[in-house]
Parts: sequence; C-alpha cells; structure tokens
Amino acid sequence: MKKILALLLVFVLASGLAACGSAPAAPAPSSSAPAPSKDAPSAPATPADSGLIKVGIVNNPPSESGYRAANVADFEKVFNEANGYKASTFYSLKNDEQLNAAAQFITDGVDYLLISAAATDGWTNVLENAKQAGVKVFLFDRMMNVDESLFEAAVVSDMAEEGRMAVQWLIDQKLPEYNVVHIQGAMGSDAQIGRTGALDAEFEKGTMKRVIQQTATWDEATAKQIVESVINSGEKFNVIYAENDGMAKGAVAALDEAGITHGVDKEVVIMGFDCNKWALRELLAGNWNYDGQCSPFQASVIDSMIKDVEAGKTLPEKIVINEEKFFDARTITQADIDTYGLGD
Amino acid sequence: MQNDIALSMRKINKSFPGVQALHDVDFTLYKGEIHALMGENGAGKSTLIKVLTGVYPKDSGQIYLNLDGTNKEITVKSPYEAQNLGISTVYQEITLCPNLTVAENMFIGRGNYRMVNWRSMKKKTTDILSKLNIPARATQQLGTCSLAVQQMVAIARAVDMDCKVLILDEPTSSLDEQEVEKLFSLMRELKSRGVGIIFITHFLEQVYEICDRITVLRNGELVGEYEIKDLPRVQLISKMMGKDLDDISSLQNRKPLDEKADTPPVYEAVGLSSLECANAFDFKITKGEVNGFTGLLGSGRSESVRAIFAADKITGGRMKINGKEIKIKKPKNAMMHGIGYLPEDRKRDGIVEDLSVRENIILALQVMKGFFRPFSRSEAEAFADEYIKLLGIKTASMDTPIKSLSGGNQQKAILARWLLTNPQYLILDEPTRGIDVGTKVEIQKLVLRLAEDGVSVTFISSEIEEMLRTCSRLIVMRDRKIVGELKGEEMTQDNIMHTIAGEAGQNG
Amino acid sequence: MGNGLKKFAGSQLVIPLFALFLLIVFNLIRDVEFFSLTIATNNQGNTVLSGNLISILNGASAVAILSIGMTLVTSSCKGQDISVAAGAAIAGSVFVSVLRANEITIPVIILAFLLCCAVSILFSTFNGVLVAVFKIQPMIATLILFSAGRSIAYWINGGATPTISSPLLVSIGGFIPGIPIPTPIIIMVIFLILISLVLRFTNLGLYTQVVGINEGTAHLNGINPVWIKLTAFMILGVCVATAGCITVCRIGLINHETLLLDVEMDVILAVAIGGTALSGGKFSLFGSVIGAYIIQALTVTLYAMKVPSSAVKAYKALVIIIIVLISSPVVKEHAINLRNKLFKKQVKTEISMKAS
Repeated sequence: MKKILALLLVFVLASGLAACGSAPAAPAPSSSAPAPSKDAPSAPATPADSGLIKVGIVNNPPSESGYRAANVADFEKVFNEANGYKASTFYSLKNDEQLNAAAQFITDGVDYLLISAAATDGWTNVLENAKQAGVKVFLFDRMMNVDESLFEAAVVSDMAEEGRMAVQWLIDQKLPEYNVVHIQGAMGSDAQIGRTGALDAEFEKGTMKRVIQQTATWDEATAKQIVESVINSGEKFNVIYAENDGMAKGAVAALDEAGITHGVDKEVVIMGFDCNKWALRELLAGNWNYDGQCSPFQASVIDSMIKDVEAGKTLPEKIVINEEKFFDARTITQADIDTYGLGD
Repeated sequence: MQNDIALSMRKINKSFPGVQALHDVDFTLYKGEIHALMGENGAGKSTLIKVLTGVYPKDSGQIYLNLDGTNKEITVKSPYEAQNLGISTVYQEITLCPNLTVAENMFIGRGNYRMVNWRSMKKKTTDILSKLNIPARATQQLGTCSLAVQQMVAIARAVDMDCKVLILDEPTSSLDEQEVEKLFSLMRELKSRGVGIIFITHFLEQVYEICDRITVLRNGELVGEYEIKDLPRVQLISKMMGKDLDDISSLQNRKPLDEKADTPPVYEAVGLSSLECANAFDFKITKGEVNGFTGLLGSGRSESVRAIFAADKITGGRMKINGKEIKIKKPKNAMMHGIGYLPEDRKRDGIVEDLSVRENIILALQVMKGFFRPFSRSEAEAFADEYIKLLGIKTASMDTPIKSLSGGNQQKAILARWLLTNPQYLILDEPTRGIDVGTKVEIQKLVLRLAEDGVSVTFISSEIEEMLRTCSRLIVMRDRKIVGELKGEEMTQDNIMHTIAGEAGQNG
Repeated sequence: MGNGLKKFAGSQLVIPLFALFLLIVFNLIRDVEFFSLTIATNNQGNTVLSGNLISILNGASAVAILSIGMTLVTSSCKGQDISVAAGAAIAGSVFVSVLRANEITIPVIILAFLLCCAVSILFSTFNGVLVAVFKIQPMIATLILFSAGRSIAYWINGGATPTISSPLLVSIGGFIPGIPIPTPIIIMVIFLILISLVLRFTNLGLYTQVVGINEGTAHLNGINPVWIKLTAFMILGVCVATAGCITVCRIGLINHETLLLDVEMDVILAVAIGGTALSGGKFSLFGSVIGAYIIQALTVTLYAMKVPSSAVKAYKALVIIIIVLISSPVVKEHAINLRNKLFKKQVKTEISMKAS
C-alpha cells in the first residue's frame, strides 16, 4: 500500500515536472496543451463567444529553436481576442500528432486552420477533410506535398534564397581570395540544405576554396572544436560561414583563443544566421560581419489574408515568399536590433 | 569392437594459466551403467565434464563416442554440439532461465530454428512432467518453482533429448529424500534403456545406493576405476583424499549442552517473526553451544535463521544479546552485535563473483569498520593471507576473482569473511552443500573448534548425520513451525524423523 | 617486473590504452606534426598553448567528467543515466540565469555553481529514487528527464538563448591569465584527483562494485544498496553540473536545445570502452576517462582528415565497433587461446618449474 502511494507520488511529481517544463510554452489565452502531450487539442470556442474568428494553429513547439520561439510569440501576439480571434494551438515535433490535432480542430469546427508541418508528407487526407468541412487552410513557414487547391495560401521561407543572399554579400566584399571554413547545421534540416546550397555552388565553380566543411549539428561547442582543428592544421582561412549564430559564436571563441582577429577589416570574416539580438550586437560592435535572417514573422501576413478572405476578396497569390533580411556590420543600427533581433 | 562402451576418454590434458587441471586422465563409460565420478574440490571432475561437453577445449587427448555401434573420435566444440551428439548435462547450479515458463525452458535452444508451435510444446511438456511426476505446470514461470523442481525440470529436459550419455553434476544437492528417490527411479529407468549416466555427487550414501562403478580423480589425475562392491566407503574416502583418515571418527567429540543458568544466553529472541517467516518463534543459544535447525527442504529452517540475522524485514519480536535488550532491524545491526551469517545460496547471497578473494574475505569486517575507514591495501592483504592459510583456501592468488575458485573454496572464503569479524554467534546455513567430502569434514571440525573457543554456532545441513555429529541441540521444523526440540540422548536419526513426521518419538 | 606486466595485461585498462595508442600512432603516421604544441597569444593577450593535443584534452573534459559519474551509476545500478545531457542543459540554464541576475564576480560565480550543483543533485536524486527505491530500469527511469529536461531548461531560459560575457567566465571556459593550459583541462584533473581521493579514503569503490555484482550479498553484509545507488546518482549530479557550467563558459551562451547534444551516448560509450561492463559490476574510472579521450581524439582526427560531414558518424561508428569487438569476451578468449598456442612451451616450463 505504502509502495503504491509512493509510486503515485513519484508519478505525480514526474508529470508535474514535464508539465512545468512545457507549460510556459503554451500560449496564454486559450490553450494549455503541453508541448509533448498526446492529448487532443483543447476544445476551442463555445458558441457563447461568437463574433470571434475561430482558428486552430498547428505548429512546432517553441522549444525547438530560438527561431520557433519567435515564431510562436509572433502568432500569439497577432491571433488573440483583442484582434478578433479565438485561437487554439497545438505544438508537436511529430507529424502524426500534428495530423491528429488538425483532424480534431476540424471536428471542433474552427473557421481557419494554420499549419506549420513537422514533415511534408501525409497531409492530403486531412486537408481534404478540411475542405469538405469548409475549413480554410493556411500554411506558414513550411510547404507540404499537397495539391495547391487544398489550401488558401502558404506563407513560407525560402531557405535557399537566404543562402544565395549571404553568398552574394560575400562575393560583393571582393576579398582577394576566399578560403572558407563552412560550419553546417544538423545535416538534412531545411535550414542546413538552404544555407549550404549557394556556398556549395561557389565551391564547385572554384571561386571559393573549401578549407573545411563540417557539421556541428547546431552546437556551439562542436563548432569551436572544428575551427580549432583547422587552426591546428595550420591551413589559411579568411571566412567563417556558420549556419547559425550559436555556431558562429563557437567559432569566434576558437579564434579568440588562438589570437586570430575577426570582424570588420580584420583577418577573418564572420558570417552567421538567425539574427539573435546578441548576435546583432556583435555586428554592431564590429566583431562579426554578416547575419542573415529567415524571418519568423508570418502572423501579420496571414492575419491580413484572413481579413481579406472574410471580406470576400480573393487572394492574389497562392504562395507568398516571406521577405528575408540580412544585416551588414557596416550598416546595422540599434534600431534594426530592436526591431528585427530575436530573443533579448 | 567393444560395443557396450558408450563413451571413452583417453589421456585428456587441460591446463589453465598456472594450473594443470587434468593430466592424462582416462575415463570409460559403459552403456546402461551409472558411473560415479568422485574426487575432492579441484580434483578435476568439473573440468573433465566441461572438456567432454565442449565448454573448454582440451589441450590434448581423445574422446570416443559410440555412434551406431562403432566408437568414433569426436571433437566437441560447444555444449550445443555435445547435446546434438547425445551428451546432455544437468549442472550443479541451475542453468535454465527463471523468467521463462517451464515449457519454454524444456525446448529452448533445441529446435532447428523452425517455427515454434506453442501448443504442441505445451502439450509435450505436460506429458513429460506428468510421466516423471514433476509437480510443475508447463505454463508456470520456472522461477516460481522451488529449487528442487527447477532441478527436476532440468533433468527432464535432458531426458527428453534422447541422450546417450547423461551427465548429472550434483543433481541431488537441493533435493529432499523423496525427490531424490524419484530421481533415482528415473535414473534406473534410463539405465535399463541403455543410457550411460555419469553421476557426480558428494553424498556417499547415494553413490552406494545407485552406482555401478566409480572413477576417482585427485589433483587432476586418475586414481583408479573400481567396481562398487570392491570399494568400501572408507577406502573411497581415503582414495579421494589421498591419505588414510580417521577424521570422521575423531569428530565424535561434541560437547554436551551446558545448561547452567547463571550466564544469560548469548542470543535470545522472543516472538521473532519476519516477512518470510510469519510464525513467530522463540529461540536462544548459549555461549559455546552448537545447535541446529532441521526439517525438510522448505520447512522454514532457513527463513528462521534469516530472521535472526534480520536478512528479511523483521515484523515483530524482542531480542537480547548477553541478556541486554537490543534492536536488530537490518543485517548491519546483527553484524555490529557480533552475529555472522553464512547464507544458504552461496552464489546468490554469498560471493561477489567478480571481486577478488581478498575483497570477498574482508568485506564484512570492512563494512563493520565503516564507510569512511577503508583498510589499507597491506592490512587487507594481511587479513586475506592469514585466513587463506588458516582455512587452506586453494587459490592462485588473493587477487584471483572468487568466481574462478571451486565451490568448496568459495565457501571457505565466505567462512573466512565471517571468522574475520570475530563473531560471538555464527549462523551457518548449509555450509557443506555442494562441496567435497574433505572440506565438509574440515568445516565440521572448524565448527566444533569454534564452539570450544566459546563461539556459539547455529548449523543447518540437509545431511542429518552432520547435524548429529556437531550439534548439541536440534530444533525441528515442519511447515514453517517449530515442532520439537531434541537434545542429548534424544538426538537420534529415528527421533528426528518421527518429530518431522509429527509422531511422538520414543523418548517423548 | 614480469609479474607487474602480467597484472597489467589482465587489467581492464589494456584495451582502451591500446586503442588510444593506435589512434596516436595512426595520426603520427598521417602527420608527424599532428601532436605538436605551439605557443600563441590569444585575443585577451595571454600566452597560451595550442595544438591538437590540447584540443583533444580540452574538448573531452565534459565527457570525461560525466563519464566518471556515469561509471559509478553503471557499476552500481547495472544501467545508464541517459538524462545527463538534458540535466546539463538545466544546470547550465540555472547557472546562466543566476549570473544574468547579478553582477558577475567570483563569489557570484561560486554561488551560481553551488546552486546549479544543488539543482542537478535534486534531479539526479529523483532519477536515483526511481532506480534504487522503485527498481525501475535506469534507462527507463531517466527517460523521463531525458524527454523533459530540455523543456525545463527552456522554461528557465524563458525560451531564449541568453548570453553572458565576462572575463571571469572566459577564464573558466578558456584560459586563466598566466596559465597556458585551458581551464577545463585543469578542472578535469582536479575532479579526477578529488574522486580518486574519495575512492581512496572511503569504501565507495568496494561498496559500489559489491552492490553492482551481487545485491543480495551486499544486503547480507550490511551494505544498503539503496544508499549506494543514490550516492552514485548524486555524484553524477555534481558531474552534470560541472560539465554544464564548463560548456556554458566556453562559449558564453546557453542553447538548451543543443548544449551537449547527444553527449549521453558518448559518455556511455566512454564507460564501455573503458572496460566497465554496462551490466554493472567491476569498474574502472580511469578507463572511462581514457575512453572519453579516445572518442575526442577520434573526432579531432576525423576533422583533421576532412571527412565529409555526412560521413562523420559512420566513421565514428566503425571505429567504435572495432574497439567494442576487441574488448568483447569472445574475442578476448580467442586471443588468449592464440597466445597459449604461441607460448605453449613457455607456459609448460613455467608449470614444471612451479611443480619442482
């Protein structure tokens, strides 16, 4: 008996831990579904609060990355009762859980379904159901493999464009030679593929020299080790192209320890992605040279599209490419940091 | 060709680093005979069997097996191969899987990797079990059966595999008399079918009851092969030990019970009960007394002594040491009050397999000394050295892992562990189980010597002879209850049997 | 002398040391200057040592520290804690939040570290209670924190990847002015000395092994297996806190999602390579530490060889399979047989000498 009680206690404790881990992840207004929970999303609007537009949002959990945290925060800011929405949200990194949640939202009778899919496949059925039920679907952040007729519009990032912009910037610097240390993110992720592509093309053409190309799986410490190994090998390099800010910071730590200068008009050009506020401050201080951004801010675009649909207008485009930004250490201002920087 | 030979081994040699375990050993087994393989600890019995069954590769020598009437030389590379050739073994320690069912254990590792047919497997098992009168169900988890039944399942498994040569390595050490009888009738049945049986045991009575011939090994060498009728017991023992013995007769000098009431008992318990021993009992032992718990397997004798040592959770009772009321809630308390306990199941509760003999010997004293006061290497070595010499523990060095010692020497090391703590009260639960005659005698002598030195001892053995020789008081148990107490003249084999059976003995 | 050599040949350290030796030789053949040390001046103006040797020792410190605690847990609980990396993310987050809330001075850093140790021990004890009291298999018990840990860290960080910067932290993660050796290496050495002292002046080693090999015996000899297991987990907690703080100080940034990502597997591997059976029992702390250095040396070698990113893991797996195979009992037995065949004469004469 005592053992059972104690076991129960541990169980409660454990679930408490899990819950307190993810509770803040859930958006304040309506939903309290914890991120890894397999439960169906909480039931949305009761008939009492009609007048509000009911939306169901299926997204990846904010704990996934700083980018996602900003993305989630952006949606919370836009889709709330003050703006005329009754929003229910479900977060998961798993496609099947997302599919279930979407089906549940349809059953619950939402007006709009906003989806950032964990994986690109397997959505056709659910979207057909949505169409039959009269639920309008918007995709954001990521595309999926479905017929275009199944959704109203998609607001997506073009990771490849992001890479092209960064490489174009690098070419524009007109360095006498390009010896590039390329630190990749987790292999196979969208961001890694997009950010690697353009640079790989330059390597192929021979306009830039690949000193090393290695994955640090988004990890700062691993990035530092990779750069250390290059320094130890004695090979010359003058550009570090890291596929996110953290890895760029790790690389810079290695340079600092070896006494190699970096930043504007220094030995090594530092390039990062994501535009964390702290990274942009490094740019402002001239320690880094470039930071590219894949914009996590899609909520306001979708908001205006929903308002258009409600007003009976037809949307001009099916696929809207989010505008990507980048910052150069020579031109960045404090205002840019305040407006576009992620986190704090 | 001599077609009645089932198996012969010629000039078998096997050495381990630093030890020549077998030296030019010959062995012949005829069809339809029960052949005892006898020898002391480390005489090479187990090694010979392991060479035969392919557990160890032999260094040199030949093994011939009668296959379809002709003796062919075989090389056995694994027990599985041996099994396929018709050589099956039931080892001393149970080697089945306790968490599988009886049926699964019967058929595991035997199939030709064909599909398993659970239903037929279950049916076959049920048939075998009922044919052999084994009290187990096919779907029962093996671990829930008693040790004895597990052993019988292991034998049933071997029997079921149509073996030509059946090796029984100490199969009876955990069986009670009735079960032994059942096993013997089974062995006789197999014998009449022409199976050759190699029987390894430490129970001399059993050898003389069932065997036809005896092969004696000593220190890895063959002493000789004898017809059973040509070799009286005393001679067998002297052949095994390599010297003429009067040890056993010299043991007959146990002290009469000293029942003067002026000193309080060394240990006394009133209404003691534990989770495993639900019936509260009273018990006391005086200084220098040797007493014993007796009863059939499962009568609760082990559970009772475990309660004294607080090996299981104590649920009630008051205890006194030398007249002073104390609390013993866990083994450490008992140890600190000078109680030592050598457990029944050496492998599960006694030895720490992978650790050295040295570490195994100092363990209890080290725990008593305290977590923050480890012995220095030299202290530990001195202790270990002293007791290895004192008890004559045969080990390559004190740093040898204890698991590579023979059973008897492992037992001696555990005994050394408790002697080192200088206990005033020592509980020995089956200290002589599964070890050779020589060591058995040594241990009994040691018990008597300890008693002379004023140590109180509780001694449990399945062999009533041993108990009668050493104890001055016997507590008889049946069905987890104490049903009688015998001392002095009352202590006869007859009386014990009657008390166990629940009838009034001759002397009340 | 011969005896000492024999003892060594039988010890658990042979295989890891041999593997390390092979890696070193391989690198020296590939590039004679691979292990050469150079003296450089870093951007803080300190004179420091650098080179692949330093990189290996430095980079492995976190895994090495974790492997010490993991060895004790493995030995006593017959299983592994897979939540160490998630735990380190929590510890690192606590460390960073305390530092961000205060002005960074030495006392504040010490306070932050102690607090982060306390939190780490708390979580570790939670794991320990599940394992020791409720007898849940360690991998299953620690799966809870493995899944929830980074979420907890996220919550502590408020969803961001906060940065901290101070010369004091650079001293911890990088170099202390005037000392040319990276501080993580020094911390690792101090840690190893401390643990060695604990093992020397207490019975932790003996008790842990007894509990891991035979719990029944431990109980009957007055050892409380529950306490031993809890102690192992608490020590692992301290290891986790230390590893987390070092890693945070290296970069001055906490990313709860990637901090020491997948490092639990490296740690378990280090323990396995070090000669401690993952099923518990006899352990070798130094073996585990050497295991950690082997893994790091392997990683650095692969970087130096410019193995493509997508193939790194495959190469690593290949080498590790070889090491694990060599140390498997089956291969060992064959090796012993082979040796016996080769040196048969010698053994025989030895025996006859003993006999005479």
